[in-house]
Amino acid sequence: MFRVIENRMIVPNIHLLEIEAPAVASEVRPGQFVILRVNEDGERIPVSIADWDREKGTIMTTILTIGGTTGDLAKVPAGADIPTVVGPLGNATAIDMFGTVLCIGGCYGIGSIYPIARALKEKGNRVITAIEARSSYLFYWEDKLEKVSDRIIHITRDGTKGFRGHVGRILEIMKASSETIDRIIINGCTFLMKRGTDASRPFGIKTIVSLNPIMIDGTGMCGVCRVTVGSNTKFACVDGPDFDGHQVDWQELLQRRKTYVREEAVAFRTSRCEEHRTKP
Amino acid sequence: MAEPQKKKLDLNRREMPKQPPEVRKHNFGEVALGYSIENAVREAERCLQCKKPLCVSKCPVEIDIPGFIKSVAQRDFTTGIKVLKEKNLLPAVCGRVCPQEEQCEEVCVLVKKGGQIAIGRLERFLADWEASQETVGIPEIPPSTGRKVAVVGGGPAGLTVAGDLIKLGHQVTIFEALHKLGGVLTYGIPEFRLPKAIVNREVDYLRRLGTEIVPDFVIGKTRTIESLLKEYNAIFIGAGAGLPWFMNIPGENLNGVYSANEYLTRMNLMKGFLFPEYRTPIKEHKQVAVVGGGNVAMDCARTALRLGAETRIIYRRSREELPARLEEVENAEEEGIIFEFLTLPIRYIGDENGWVKEIEYLKMKLGEPDASGRRSPIPIEGSQTKLSVDAVVCAIGNSPNPLIPATTPGLTMGKKGNIVADEQTGKTSMDRIWAGGDVVTGAATVILAMGAGRKAARSIHEYLCSLS
Ligand SMILES: Cc1cc2nc3c(=O)[nH]c(=O)nc-3n(C[C@H](O)[C@H](O)[C@H](O)COP(=O)(O)OP(=O)(O)OC[C@H]3O[C@@H](n4cnc5c(N)ncnc54)[C@H](O)[C@@H]3O)c2cc1C
Ligand code: FES
Repeated sequence: MFRVIENRMIVPNIHLLEIEAPAVASEVRPGQFVILRVNEDGERIPVSIADWDREKGTIMTTILTIGGTTGDLAKVPAGADIPTVVGPLGNATAIDMFGTVLCIGGCYGIGSIYPIARALKEKGNRVITAIEARSSYLFYWEDKLEKVSDRIIHITRDGTKGFRGHVGRILEIMKASSETIDRIIINGCTFLMKRGTDASRPFGIKTIVSLNPIMIDGTGMCGVCRVTVGSNTKFACVDGPDFDGHQVDWQELLQRRKTYVREEAVAFRTSRCEEHRTKP
Repeated sequence: MAEPQKKKLDLNRREMPKQPPEVRKHNFGEVALGYSIENAVREAERCLQCKKPLCVSKCPVEIDIPGFIKSVAQRDFTTGIKVLKEKNLLPAVCGRVCPQEEQCEEVCVLVKKGGQIAIGRLERFLADWEASQETVGIPEIPPSTGRKVAVVGGGPAGLTVAGDLIKLGHQVTIFEALHKLGGVLTYGIPEFRLPKAIVNREVDYLRRLGTEIVPDFVIGKTRTIESLLKEYNAIFIGAGAGLPWFMNIPGENLNGVYSANEYLTRMNLMKGFLFPEYRTPIKEHKQVAVVGGGNVAMDCARTALRLGAETRIIYRRSREELPARLEEVENAEEEGIIFEFLTLPIRYIGDENGWVKEIEYLKMKLGEPDASGRRSPIPIEGSQTKLSVDAVVCAIGNSPNPLIPATTPGLTMGKKGNIVADEQTGKTSMDRIWAGGDVVTGAATVILAMGAGRKAARSIHEYLCSLS
């Protein structure tokens, strides 16, 4: 059993959960995830780890809650226990001295990009963090991100903060301010990652994405998480979750994520968040 | 003891009642229903009580088979179960899923006359009898030796090691990646062949013996083997062979194409057949094709059938070469599974939404026997044919998961991704580390995994006793 220390909605539909999981907290590195179950009958869902406190033995996750299991998760009160928190799973994001790194986060990925930006900064990179949302009231953790970034860029669909539009504009914005980007790392909904990848392709900048297919075990046992990367089949849970975005078969990933749309209990992974992103 | 020999030979192997095919194909209840006391006693009375029992020599864990059968014949079930449990920690499981026809029963002296003793059914009978009693006895545990053992993986191999060592007074912790113990018994073998209540009961027994059980803990991720070595005197790796194979043919990543592991895990571990009460969804497919011919393929096909799909087994050789147990093949046939023999899928074709809608396959003919001794299939040119489906389950095999080897550099590995361990002791190339079960042999059987666990436990015990 794993105790939920804190659970609150930080912006509409995004819940911040702090969970006591000392074994996970002591090993976790940026870019890894856990698999959670809310109750004994519950399904297993993968969730990125957004922060941790090794001393306290806790991890933090930012979860987009839109019914189904994520809806159940939203309702777990602080002080209650959930039966499964297993991890840290997947490979950590590669952290090195790259030069200038553009970290892009959207949706739950505004949370999970934070420890990546922090580690890159500690390594001595110039870190530019770009966060995207429909509107300004959907941003969170800006103070945390500011501390680990040399520059913060906001992009909103409605123009209420920063640049107006979507993440596809990011390289044009970079160019306008004469930034040379050595590497891009994107965390968030599939569509955000795809768009960011499409935008960087003409510039040939290495773009790392954290894929989020359906998962069950998270240890390479079931193969439901398979993705095609550079014409090879990979299991995202053990071979990833990070991959070179320019090699990913996005069409297939988007389709596979829709497998259970009709069964609706996979709300987290087939979020309406994605639907509105498909509209220009 | 000469007395039973004088008896007239009784070759009438007692049948075990089963749910009729028409009924069972619509439910997930157990297919075989077990012996009544009278049937069990009658069956046990037929045993000739051989002086040199061949059956025992063919049992991977050397159960005193004539011994427990004699107790059944004498209606002394308490002694019977004790004899059985001396060698086999999981009789209720083995009585159901062991391939007795190629082990103990194959060498029964009555087999030539077709009247071999139903050893597996009697084993199951005793285990079920014990479970039906009010109290299941707990053996006395000697005082703690203070030695600590970590067991990685809660499948049959790991459970056996834990059971043996805890009874010798060592402190045992089982680390399991999933949220439930049992390994393949829990996530793979379906309810209708092995009710999960039985597996839970056995795990619970270990817990009552004082085993510490840590689920949701992935060795190689949550903690490495190296780190465990600092805290534990010995480590046993029983991580199984859980990495699913695919055929690497076009269309394999279409929606509706599953690995056997995914399909069975959704159903068994996550109870998908109770969706939406249990939250893990399972699709309502109408036409399912299961590719493969082993026990795993049979389990997938019979599961799909029970969910209401017209179900086919697609196998590249003929019926004679099917690696599955004959009993399971017959069960599948009775239930109405369609067998497409000499058929090899070459491509899956999707619809406009990325869902599989057709399999394209080649017809095969049989050629010369290959390395496995089975006649190898050869494609017939120009025999491409298409078959409509809305789901495919790929059940062509598994190999050990690379997570542990990848994070344990000192471990010597075999060609097939297996951990190399001594057959007699389970010792690996690394000090204080033992391994056994599917992770060493590749996908095999429950009883072989338990046998390997038993040998490793013996070797670990010797080692722990040698520490001053
Ligand atoms: C569908 C199916 C049907 C079968 N039917 C039969 C049958 O009828 N009769 C028969 O005899 N055999 C059958 N088998 C084979 C039999 O189940 C296996 O040979 C046996 O379970 C192997 O036992 P094991 O303990 O070695 O491994 P497993 O049962 O595979 O258990 C390994 C355990 O280790 C855990 N694990 C893996 N990696 C880690 C890690 N890094 N950290 C922590 N835990 C980890 C796994 O989650 C798993 O619980 C069947 C197999 C399948 C898949
Ligand atoms: S989630 Fe099962 S293999 Fe990746």
